[in-house]
Amino acid sequence: MIYEKAWIFWVILGAGCAILVGIGMLLVRAFAGPTVFDRVLATNAMGTKTVIFVSMLGFIQNRPEFIDTALTYAIINFVSTIALLKFIQHKRIG
Amino acid sequence: MQWLLLARDILTTSLLTLGCLIALTGAAGVLRFPDFYSRLHAAGKTDSLAQVLIMLGLLLQTHKYPGLELNAGARLVMITLFVVFTSPIATHAITKAAHLHGLKPWTRENDSHA
Repeated sequence: MIYEKAWIFWVILGAGCAILVGIGMLLVRAFAGPTVFDRVLATNAMGTKTVIFVSMLGFIQNRPEFIDTALTYAIINFVSTIALLKFIQHKRIG
Repeated sequence: MQWLLLARDILTTSLLTLGCLIALTGAAGVLRFPDFYSRLHAAGKTDSLAQVLIMLGLLLQTHKYPGLELNAGARLVMITLFVVFTSPIATHAITKAAHLHGLKPWTRENDSHA
């Protein structure tokens, strides 16, 4: 039954796996980064890749709701990066 | 009309392959580059381009949602536009915070590895 999928399904699945490998590489940098800015940078890039991965997951599982989740992830990623940087810079949020 | 569907799938495949290649290159650069500012270069440049390419590839596949093609496509375009506008802003904010914090760029003079 699983072999009846169109081949484009496997292409999207492979692209998702490649994005997961990229997330793993960024995770190593986020853990090993010497300065706090390396960690923020790696986390921000991971967020962008997560947005891509979640929208691919919607196509893999045929569920269009996942694109809304990806949009929310994009907004949270940007706001949290800016808030974290403001906190590092000024030692307070506001 | 059959060749049109095949051309659409092949175009999606090439866009996804190129986007994943660029994303992996950026991740490898962030992992391997010696200095914070060069890592920033690798991440900031590749992020938005890979995102745009992959979203264009997925945009050609919205026929998988019957009845929701325009809906899903509009939301994919919204995500793409949002990330295209906010990713450079986030990169610039990280650079500015690091520069104000006093992080020095890596040069041959202050090389601690050599």
